[in-house]
Amino acid sequence: MEYFDSIVLAQFQLTDEIFVLTVERKGASAAAGQFFMLKCWDKELTLMRPISIFKADEDMLSFMYRVVGEGTRKLAELKAGDTISLLGALGTGYPIGEMHGKVALVGGGLGIPPLCQTAKELSQQGVQVDVYLGYRDQLFATEDFEPHCQSIFISTETGSEGYKGFITDLLKPEQYDAVFTCGPEVMMRKVAAMCAEKQTACWCSMEHRMACGIGACLGCSIRTTEGMKRVCKDGPVFPSKIIF
Amino acid sequence: MTLSTSIHGITFKNPIIAASGTFGFGEEYNELYDVSCLGGISSKGLTLHPKDGNEGIRVYETPAGMMNSVGLQNPGIEAFIEHGIADMRKFDTVLIANMGGHSMDDYITGATMLSKADIDMLELNISCPNVKSGGMAFGIKAEVAREVVSAVRKVCTKPLIVKLSPNAENIIEMALACEEAGADALSLVNTFQAMAIDIHRRKPIFNNIYAGLSGAAIRPIALRMVHSVCKQVHVPVIGIGGIYTPEDILAFMMAGATAVQIGTVNFNNPLAGKELVENLEKLCVQEGIQDINEIIGII
Repeated sequence: MEYFDSIVLAQFQLTDEIFVLTVERKGASAAAGQFFMLKCWDKELTLMRPISIFKADEDMLSFMYRVVGEGTRKLAELKAGDTISLLGALGTGYPIGEMHGKVALVGGGLGIPPLCQTAKELSQQGVQVDVYLGYRDQLFATEDFEPHCQSIFISTETGSEGYKGFITDLLKPEQYDAVFTCGPEVMMRKVAAMCAEKQTACWCSMEHRMACGIGACLGCSIRTTEGMKRVCKDGPVFPSKIIF
Repeated sequence: MTLSTSIHGITFKNPIIAASGTFGFGEEYNELYDVSCLGGISSKGLTLHPKDGNEGIRVYETPAGMMNSVGLQNPGIEAFIEHGIADMRKFDTVLIANMGGHSMDDYITGATMLSKADIDMLELNISCPNVKSGGMAFGIKAEVAREVVSAVRKVCTKPLIVKLSPNAENIIEMALACEEAGADALSLVNTFQAMAIDIHRRKPIFNNIYAGLSGAAIRPIALRMVHSVCKQVHVPVIGIGGIYTPEDILAFMMAGATAVQIGTVNFNNPLAGKELVENLEKLCVQEGIQDINEIIGII
């Protein structure tokens, strides 16, 4: 974990609200499921913003995020060459090293981007990856999964692409050694319940408002069956059995 | 050039103390810089029994600051004494145990336990706005505060700092009551009770409805309160409230503070503690200050 300034390499707008920001990695650590705290302001805003890793290449880090408020709006205004401050990589990601056989990744909405780096790291160690991506209407990041996955299943709520309905309708947990999920809580809860029923191990990635990002302020604590846990430090990835 | 100050016989290498609740027990920030550079660290607020804290949103950005409603999540005083203190003692800095409570008995038992432990000072939080029963009640009325501080004073063998709430009915009467009851120092201010509403959900942001406001937004009011209290009391005062820069530190000290605590700024810049120590020294040189104690209370 380090706090450092970096340079913006690129910013792409994918949809009305979704952007991809790419910055120089500057030797920072980064693993699937981890996140960084970002800021491109001095004191105009108080808190840094937690954004998960979309892609970590040798020299660069990419973040895919939705503009939801003032902080992300400022991030979206960044252009190549601008300076940005990063704190990270933070948190506990997916247990990639423990995986073998066949793993399903189930993402919904802005829970999809962090699974891209996850698919890459799993495939690099020889795990067979199937990915299930649930969108509301417009697709994004789908093609980024192609190099790392055996099969890609897609659903949209509107039926504009792929299966019309929820992505969980397509998932068969019994076909996998483990399932990793990231997205809306209602989706992850469903995935966790389906996995529990079929006795497939499941990990989920939680989202929370954060202040420090490093485990000091307890601003992001959530209740689990093992007591209070910090999303920023003990998570964001947790075994789903302790959460749901 | 000296930055060192002292409060009731305890020497701080510089007047910068990490504020309770923003800095854990120092361990996490120590991964980013050597926290021994700080004058002191005030621990996460401790209560007699472990506490899970509040449900729902706990931190929320607001104009020029933030609100929090963590609700004193902590491992309890016993666990702190058994494990926490040894971990904090690895840092060469003044170790302040911050303690909150729900009842007079809690405060007395907790202070008795902490007095026997290896801490440098006890900071009594009579002002947490985020705990439903107790906490705040002790921080509102001067006569209630007097009772709890007197009771703690009887059992507390460590230098005793009382942390005041800006939500007190009258901050000067509150400060005088705590001083008369035996406080060795005062720290002020804790967060201002505040509110935020999610208009789309038509609900308060925080489950507790109200939460504590901190950051630059409160700085001028905190400065006024520190100044007016310092004019009335004889014990040292630790200034708190939206301190972000070395200039802010000098302002609080000119207003009468002997030391300051930094909280919210740690979230804006995780290296703030270290940078403030370095930049305070530079600023003092620029301003021709030989000894930082020279400027305490000059206004």
